[in-house]
Amino acid sequence: MLKVSHVSKTFNAGTVNEKLALDDFSITINEGDFITVIGGNGAGKSTFMNAVAGVWRVDEGKIEIDGEDVTSLPEHKRAKYLGRVFQDPMLGTAATMEIQENLALAKRRGLSRTLKPGITKKEIKEYKEMLKILDLGLEDRMTTKVGLLSGGQRQALTLLMATLKKPKLLLLDEHTAALDPKTAAKVLEITDKIVKRDNLTTLMITHNMKDAIMHGNRLIMLNDGKIILDISGEEKKNLTVADLLKKFELASGEEFTNDKAILG
Amino acid sequence: MNFVSLLNAMPGALAQGLIWGITAIGIYITYKVLDIADLTVDGSLGTGGAVCIMMMMSGHNVYVSMLVAMMAGMLTGLVTGIFHTFMGIPAILAGILTQLGLYSVNLKIMGKSNQAINVDKYDLMVSLRYIKNVAIYQNTILLVALVVIILIAVLYWFFGTELGSSLRATGCNAGMARAQGINTDFAKVLGLMISNGLVAFSGSLLAQYQGFADINMGRGCIVIGLAAVIIGEAVFAFFHNFAAKLLAVTLGSVIYYFVYNVVIWLGIDADLLKLLSAIVVAIFLATPYLRSKYMPKKAVKKITDGEGA
Repeated sequence: MLKVSHVSKTFNAGTVNEKLALDDFSITINEGDFITVIGGNGAGKSTFMNAVAGVWRVDEGKIEIDGEDVTSLPEHKRAKYLGRVFQDPMLGTAATMEIQENLALAKRRGLSRTLKPGITKKEIKEYKEMLKILDLGLEDRMTTKVGLLSGGQRQALTLLMATLKKPKLLLLDEHTAALDPKTAAKVLEITDKIVKRDNLTTLMITHNMKDAIMHGNRLIMLNDGKIILDISGEEKKNLTVADLLKKFELASGEEFTNDKAILG
Repeated sequence: MNFVSLLNAMPGALAQGLIWGITAIGIYITYKVLDIADLTVDGSLGTGGAVCIMMMMSGHNVYVSMLVAMMAGMLTGLVTGIFHTFMGIPAILAGILTQLGLYSVNLKIMGKSNQAINVDKYDLMVSLRYIKNVAIYQNTILLVALVVIILIAVLYWFFGTELGSSLRATGCNAGMARAQGINTDFAKVLGLMISNGLVAFSGSLLAQYQGFADINMGRGCIVIGLAAVIIGEAVFAFFHNFAAKLLAVTLGSVIYYFVYNVVIWLGIDADLLKLLSAIVVAIFLATPYLRSKYMPKKAVKKITDGEGA
């Protein structure tokens, strides 16, 4: 489904801030996988996701989605394969546009934008139904500007937008990290619901080891731009946070430093 | 100070305000919709005027001339757009570069620094001579008002289409727009082209109205346009619909020209007018920032339903 082969990316090359964010990074993701991604700060989690999304070009290596080489495809062209939810709730939606207008933009992901109406009455009805799955009452506020919604509401809406047109791959970049625990749990619950319903191939970065263990069928741990742990199946089901910490120390030779990940 | 002379100046102010209102709509599209401060307009207004006058003097029909003027304006927007997106130059600098280049281009179009056109010899669409004592279908104020209404209707339709929505999304949140498959570079270039097309169109009307095109006619255009946008939004803050907002901007421009004429009537040195405009616009642009810094409002409760989700 997704094949990343020998990808490297260095930021600020040639300066004192030079950082090798992805180091000969390779992974193959199968159809229907729900992979959770963990790792300390600067491990390369978001860089990995941005490389797949095409936010910038990678220095080396190849990225294929469904057998098609997308390495040199710009971000907006890759969008037809990808649904994305970001860490910052402000990033995934257009604040000055209405809820239904945001959904209409998402509905046209991967299609060329023509001079046809930006939103139709028939769509509005569909969106009303879809918003009910969020159970946030947004279906009664279709013409509300998204900027008036709370972070959690915006994140739930972004999730709906990312999956409105079934993506080949759903990218969740710590999408619950900026939310309070109760809201985060709710958004995760909605995530599970939608991923199961549509059988979506999903990559979810999380800083929370418990969430990483509880969700998905496969778990990868990153450190210094490399995958240091790749666990799936039965082995993943029996994982504990303590196991993960031990494995991290073994694999990386250092202590896991992100308190939030351990306590969260 | 003769009050009658002020009253006599008002129809002219209305006509000028409406013509500049089209420029203001163009500036609204870049500044408010696309979130780009585009300084190309100081040059493209003159390009529109120059192209229109020169086309007419070489025997072309006024409507053809205005259409070509508009297309020339779109071309200037294309240049700025390419500077900004394809070449990665910051938007403000890209606009300044095009504007500077257009100074030479406009001089070459006209052959000298100004070109007058005689209203008696050419069949103009608008003129300051067509304000009083003319047939209703010739009246400049009515004609420009009609043009403004048509433009607003077309823009309202356009920004409701898929393509128009993609422009709005690009201006609001470019990262999100790209994630939804929108080519934000294309959207920006298209927006700049539409904006400068409108500004050049406005310039072609202005040149006819005043009876000449001049190399300096666009100087300070961005400030006048911004003033109109700001006045329109402040006075008609209760307008929420997109078409109503465009109308508000046009009316803002009319108000600007009313005030302008009052200031002249009060006997203030005309040399100081641009300084005054700049100061007024600076104050208005700074107001939201200063207000939030020194007069923090108590947190307004966000409109959220249910339990904070």
